[in-house]
Amino acid sequence: MPVSDSALMEPKSLSAETAADARLEIKNLNVYFGEGSERFQAVKNVSVSVQQGGSFGIVGESGSGKSTVLRAVCGLVESWDGEIDIDGAPVSHKRNKAFARKIQMVFQDPYASLHPRHTVDRVLSEPLKLHGFDGIDGRVLRALDDVGLGADFRFRYPHQLSGGQRQRVAVARALMLEPEILLLDEPTSALDVSVQAEILNLFAELRKEHNLTYVMVTHDLAVVAHMCDEIAVMQFGEVVEVMDVDAMRNSTPKTAYTQELLKASMGYDAEFFGDS
Amino acid sequence: MSDTLLSVEDLWVRFPTRTGTVDAVRGISFSVGRERVGIVGESGSGKSMTGRSILRLIRAPGQMEAKSITFNGDNLLEYSERQMRKIRGHQISMVMQDPKFSLNPVHSVGKQICEALRLHTKVSRKQARQGALEMLEAVQIRNPERVFRSYPHELSGGMGQRVMIAMMLITDPQLLIADEPTSALDVTVQMKVLAIMDKLVQERGMGLIFISHDLNLVSSFCDRIIIMYAGRIVETCRASELHKATHPYTRGLLNALPRIEEPKGRLEALQRQDSWKQEASVDARV
Repeated sequence: MPVSDSALMEPKSLSAETAADARLEIKNLNVYFGEGSERFQAVKNVSVSVQQGGSFGIVGESGSGKSTVLRAVCGLVESWDGEIDIDGAPVSHKRNKAFARKIQMVFQDPYASLHPRHTVDRVLSEPLKLHGFDGIDGRVLRALDDVGLGADFRFRYPHQLSGGQRQRVAVARALMLEPEILLLDEPTSALDVSVQAEILNLFAELRKEHNLTYVMVTHDLAVVAHMCDEIAVMQFGEVVEVMDVDAMRNSTPKTAYTQELLKASMGYDAEFFGDS
Repeated sequence: MSDTLLSVEDLWVRFPTRTGTVDAVRGISFSVGRERVGIVGESGSGKSMTGRSILRLIRAPGQMEAKSITFNGDNLLEYSERQMRKIRGHQISMVMQDPKFSLNPVHSVGKQICEALRLHTKVSRKQARQGALEMLEAVQIRNPERVFRSYPHELSGGMGQRVMIAMMLITDPQLLIADEPTSALDVTVQMKVLAIMDKLVQERGMGLIFISHDLNLVSSFCDRIIIMYAGRIVETCRASELHKATHPYTRGLLNALPRIEEPKGRLEALQRQDSWKQEASVDARV
């Protein structure tokens, strides 16, 4: 079989093998935007499968549809078809409260994803009230502690926090309902490297403590290599390759696109990019 | 040193606020020859302010102050606003981060490039058009005629940034200041834009100041690196010797980066020390 063919086959065969213990499984997902002649297919026939307790990365450049996959899983995009299974049960287009208890999302820009006029306390307690939790006071304090902020931050507004602190609040909010799966959409790309290191460490700790399953979308291959065990590469709405992290480290990706992506994230190389 | 293009001595940038003066840049000195110099720092380190103050582009209420900013033997601080306008875009050009905000949305790209040329040199409309088309070709735009007529919103990020580079280089400046020129672009596009910039800068024997937050990128792209923290230069070294850097801040930044080749269980979080802010700035003049 030629190399390119086997690369295209890989996602399907992978998902077939692991279907039994998959926590989140996406089968032949298509997402469309627009109507009529304007209709655009942002995600084409994507199939991936994420293991219980696993950490799955989706990389790709802007417009490759990687965030759209997450948004479809989370229920933020309506015009999709295909199948999204959680613990073997397919989810419908309309999501219920139980779904929110299971899956939560952390967004890219901590400057845009927190309500500027709500205190940290209100941001964190709102999901608890909606879901009728008791002991809200203790849960908010515990969540702040979990993300390394502490009780001092409870009554602050977002503008009184740094970028890294805001992202910690966003992570705390996602954890309030004790979900099992966290969808991370470029959670550190708006942050400085030193802050990024702190947030990535936090994700690693939380995953261990709460036995979480991660699906992380990013354009940064180094981040994905650090965080994830399995990685899907997307281009033009399609998954072009699924590989495990060792294959990526050993620079043995099969498709030319993945190799270029890998090379580009290693730094500037005049010989490689100069003559293109 | 005869081949020094720009030499900055004891530069300060201050912003008066209600709660007192904030020093964004605190007494730094550096020089740039016909080479690629990278200025690296995290947000708020004063790297962009340093770039802007070379062209005296700090807006009120911000204030800048320096012993001297010498460009080709002349002190830019003694220039009038009128003289400065002849320097800006002609002898020293600047490329900003996002082409969306640096190009005029209601004029065609070609018109804007021609304007840049005609403002600084005496050429006819026809010559300007010819020059602009050649320049668009030099930044590897495949269909210069079409791009010449198009408006900024019709271009992708990578194309827009190439247009910006074309516009900035058409006047044949001696020094190019690039402030995060590729941060808004995808990694593979980023590398292509850098390759174009690299080639043009080398062909023309220009100096380049490359401002970025990406230590990895700067160390692979530049000849020399200046590392800034809290408005001061904490360390300077040849790019090839970055791995030998000794300052705890530089080491901390290097260790905080996840690396594809060497997996780590935990990333080292940077422990900031107050003493770094008190240390004297390193003189980065060659």
